[in-house]
Amino acid sequence: MSVLNTIQTNEEEILKRFKPADQVDTVKDLTELDNEEILRLKKTGVDLDAKNRLGTFLQTNCGVVSCSCDIQGVEMLPITEALKKYDGLKDYYWKLIDPDKDAFTRETKEHLDNGYFIRAKKGEKVIYPLQTCLYIRNDNVAQRVHNIVVAEEGSELHIITGCTTHPHLTSGLHIGISEFYVKKGAKLIFTMVHNWAEDVYVRPRTTISVEEGGTFLSNYVSLKGVKSVQAFPTCILKGRGAIARFNSVIVAPEGSHIDTGSRIILDAPETRGEIISRTISYGGHIIARGHLIGKAPDIKAHLECQGLMLAEKGVIHAIPELEAHVADVDMSHEAAVGKIAKEEIEYLMARGLSEEDATSTIVRGFLNVKIEGLPKELDEELQKAVEECHKGM
Amino acid sequence: MLHIEDLWVDVHGKEVLKGIDLHIGKGETHCLFGRNGSGKTTLLMTIMGFDGYKVKHGKITFKGEDITYMPLNERAKLGLGLSFQRPPTLRGVKLRDMLRLCGNGSDVGVQLAIEYGFEGFLDREVNLGFSGGEIKKSELLQLLSQNPDLTLLDEPESGVDVENLNVIGDMIRRLLEKDKHRNRTKSGLIITHTGFILNYVTADRGHVMLDGKLVCHGNPIDIFERIQQNGYEECAKCQF
Repeated sequence: MSVLNTIQTNEEEILKRFKPADQVDTVKDLTELDNEEILRLKKTGVDLDAKNRLGTFLQTNCGVVSCSCDIQGVEMLPITEALKKYDGLKDYYWKLIDPDKDAFTRETKEHLDNGYFIRAKKGEKVIYPLQTCLYIRNDNVAQRVHNIVVAEEGSELHIITGCTTHPHLTSGLHIGISEFYVKKGAKLIFTMVHNWAEDVYVRPRTTISVEEGGTFLSNYVSLKGVKSVQAFPTCILKGRGAIARFNSVIVAPEGSHIDTGSRIILDAPETRGEIISRTISYGGHIIARGHLIGKAPDIKAHLECQGLMLAEKGVIHAIPELEAHVADVDMSHEAAVGKIAKEEIEYLMARGLSEEDATSTIVRGFLNVKIEGLPKELDEELQKAVEECHKGM
Repeated sequence: MLHIEDLWVDVHGKEVLKGIDLHIGKGETHCLFGRNGSGKTTLLMTIMGFDGYKVKHGKITFKGEDITYMPLNERAKLGLGLSFQRPPTLRGVKLRDMLRLCGNGSDVGVQLAIEYGFEGFLDREVNLGFSGGEIKKSELLQLLSQNPDLTLLDEPESGVDVENLNVIGDMIRRLLEKDKHRNRTKSGLIITHTGFILNYVTADRGHVMLDGKLVCHGNPIDIFERIQQNGYEECAKCQF
């Protein structure tokens, strides 16, 4: 637990290290981004040319460069505008997260740069995903973002969020407050790709509420080096039959410290929850958390943490927790951490693969968590990234 | 094709093989009989080149090359193939991709899987939740993709129900080119306990292993009948 304490005592220090995003310039429109930057965004899941994205929100530093959505049934606004338009978004803004939770939530409450507000109207079923991008373009900048997503009754929405830094910068701080509301019978798929740099600190604070019969699916992918991530998104299943699933694929190179996990609070009967995480340490420090809290009868939830150690250095610390508050719950977990089994490597070598190819085949397979609704090109980018991160080691 | 001369092998510091001599010619299939623990699997694993099988003395030559200390994957590339008795599960790796890897990118294995009614397994993770018979089929399909010149089979019939023995037998016959009566180039070495496989695949020669030595050689069906009648005890006596 010492690691966590260090992070908490350092909160103020981290904040002091970085320049607030509203004190640095931002770009005015997309044409100012060069090819290298556009490629970087693409590798983070944000494709500015893609035809199968229904909308794009792009924020660099504090400025919103793009905010457009092609369908009437979905509303997308910078959160600063949404707050004006909807009288402070009283039902949603800081309703799931306590602004006094920590130094980062306080900072964002007091100095909001921007963020997105996305709302799918009642019954609106969106086939293609919307993409949002939070992009730190200058060195040493602290970006403070607040996002709200509302999937109204019976709607379906898929959001791909790419968070990244300029290809040539190494240092920054990203604070992202996210409050998501999945209403009765609605479905929200949220896919987040992190593509940071070696001296970037990341502090997302996320809570999701899901009403009766609603579904929330989260996919989180982080394959590149980062200084420090601390995130523990929490999903509250409030209505009967609600479902939540978290898939995470995390790779920590040397020098990265990634403390992440998911929590599902099963607060209504017949709710279902699943947390699956695959982590690889190439010398980095990973804390893979998972916490299932069963508070109502007839719930079912499962937690799976698998970790692979691919370097002599590094730490993977899996912390799966199950917490039952009533008798009639069905909760389970499996966790396994270790190196690649030699017999698996030899199995592939006996088919003619070199030791290196055998190892990458196993690593690729290990990271091959089924990510629902992922567009083909993003899936390909991820496969490439897995390939690259393995080759680079 | 394969020449083994006076092969002595240790496993975990224990002497398991004690002077094996074995010659398998091009196009020949040999059977290996013997009690559990006599060293049959060790011989196969040593020929294939797995770690932990330490050659203390002797020489293995395959297709004219000394492979005694050659790495595992190079032996596979040279034309050796082995079906695992209890292969590991490869999480996240689909059988379809595995078959392509074995065939160096070719789709032969995938097509054969369809031909043998195994297409339902192509998108499943390799060996995950496979039954005994399904593992055997998956192993043989991988070998058919790999197309080795010498196939090492460790109890190919174990865990397979009677209905599926036919399919397994057919796959092995295909691997060993049993339909070719002239110019056959594929060879095999098969460990069998039950001898059932002899009903499906003809073998040219049989050997009995006892305590790390090959003690008896001859027609495999004759040997197997003798073992069935008198047990391995007789083979032990025959040694002296």
